[in-house]
Amino acid sequence: MSAGAALDATELLERVRTGELSARESVEAAFERIERHDGALGAFLETSRGPALERADELDRSRARGGEVGPLFGVPVALKSNMCLEGREANCGSRILAGYRPPYTATFVQRLIDAGAVPVGMTNMDEFAMGSSGENSAFGPARNPWDLERTPGGSSSGSAAAVCAGLVPLALGSDTGGSVRQPAALCGISGFKPTYGRVSRYGLIAFGSSLDQVSPLARSVRDLELVMSVISGEDPLDSTCQPLPPLEPLARREDLRGLRIGVPAEYFPDTLDRAVRARVEEGVAELARLGAEPVEVRLPHTEHGIPTYYVVATAEASSNLARYDGVRYGLRVEGDGTLQGMFAATRERGFGAEVKRRILLGTYVLSSGYYDAWYSHALKVRSLLLRDFEQAFETVDAIVCPTSPTPAFRLGEKTEDPVAMYLSDVMTVPTSLAGLPAVSVPCGFVPGGAGELPVGMQIIGPAMADAAVLAMARAYQEATAHHRRLPPLALEEARA
Amino acid sequence: MGRSDTETVLRTAELARLAIEPDEAERLGEQFARILAAFEAISRLDVSGVEPMTRATRLVDVKREDRPRPSLPLDEALRNAPRRIESYYSVPKTIGGEG
Repeated sequence: MSAGAALDATELLERVRTGELSARESVEAAFERIERHDGALGAFLETSRGPALERADELDRSRARGGEVGPLFGVPVALKSNMCLEGREANCGSRILAGYRPPYTATFVQRLIDAGAVPVGMTNMDEFAMGSSGENSAFGPARNPWDLERTPGGSSSGSAAAVCAGLVPLALGSDTGGSVRQPAALCGISGFKPTYGRVSRYGLIAFGSSLDQVSPLARSVRDLELVMSVISGEDPLDSTCQPLPPLEPLARREDLRGLRIGVPAEYFPDTLDRAVRARVEEGVAELARLGAEPVEVRLPHTEHGIPTYYVVATAEASSNLARYDGVRYGLRVEGDGTLQGMFAATRERGFGAEVKRRILLGTYVLSSGYYDAWYSHALKVRSLLLRDFEQAFETVDAIVCPTSPTPAFRLGEKTEDPVAMYLSDVMTVPTSLAGLPAVSVPCGFVPGGAGELPVGMQIIGPAMADAAVLAMARAYQEATAHHRRLPPLALEEARA
Repeated sequence: MGRSDTETVLRTAELARLAIEPDEAERLGEQFARILAAFEAISRLDVSGVEPMTRATRLVDVKREDRPRPSLPLDEALRNAPRRIESYYSVPKTIGGEG
């Protein structure tokens, strides 16, 4: 059943539900694809064939006995390596957590399992989710299935590459400043960052706590809605998780009449890649053809998004990553034998260059004498960025713009220049700082790389408008076929 | 600026409990200066009268009843510790003289 490479989860579920496929066959096929292609892709840091097949057999036996068939019954899923599943290595792409096996399971992972999904492995990522290309992984970068010399984006690089190549139909990533939307765009798949607080963070290893959100990646928006309906909702174990029921997808509409979409000039600067601009403008035109009314909006503080993000996120990271000190888990290097020496030697050996850079930056902006000028100031600019969006949403229902200013770039292209790498997040960080829901969907292709490279279009909504944002993106996909295109290796797999 | 950037990095590294070699500190100092220069535009922005955004949602924190419930068994909780003595984490001696 190698045709599984071309199916989205909804189609796969249909085959499993009708009995055409068993849960075991569905999961086994995923492992066969992983075995054939992951050597070249580097999407997974760990796979768990034994436990996954056992779980699939359990599901099949339960169904044979007349047991419940959950909403994700028999669907293989990949988890980013910063997610806790009891006993599976969650190393966050870092040497400092190599070998770390959490003693508990994240709320959102447990909900996937309870819905019948089968975790097949932990995916590659930029160390502690810090990066936009996957190259900050201590275990080597994942590769883009459209062109193996290019990045799949980051930091959820392995989750995006795995879905793009059709190894699994669904994966979870985490999005702090664009870490799911940007790789979704660069890989030509769909990725959704929920409103902050819509999904519990219990069991997600922290980077920037006021920004981090668990975010799904899939081949279609309808699959994103399906996953959200399973993982979202109240969790007493996360005090920032909103006390709301799980997200329910909105009913299908014939068209988008009556909806106003804002097109912000600040997201279409002269420096924007011309081919990317053309594809996103075609996406806006398609939404207009479906009945939505495009309106110009202004988000005047957009240019301040990157600095604000890199002050706020690094400050939070410097605090969150203080716990990796060689005492409770992970690597320990004794150093000069003193306690302070052990801390410093462990952290020096365990963290990679970008993580150190961000810990230093975050410690600096929080340190006495610089706090007011940098951290406190950035929090005020963060308010201005949120105000921009709130003012725009007084007149429009959603904002449409590119997800990334360029298609997938070459591995190695930006590794020497941290500022250039940071700028690749320019279209995603303002939404993260404002805590808003945003989806990235493929909106076409541009010449490049080994042939063509995908382009992503971002649809941003007001806080808590998650279902409306997804419904608009679903309507777009029902009218277009960009999300149906497969990279060469998945295409061969589907034809085999 | 070179020397003071390196000193800033070394001072900050001490606060962050990171051992940094002098040549690495110099390289990081240069990058630091470049990053902060690129970020300087926000410091020129007038934010008088603007409240800092200290949380990502405007809703209040969620509270639950403070009731004891089952937690991890000790061995499970300590399973990932690089060094332990019985039911404790083990660290280098921190108080007292030689020993």
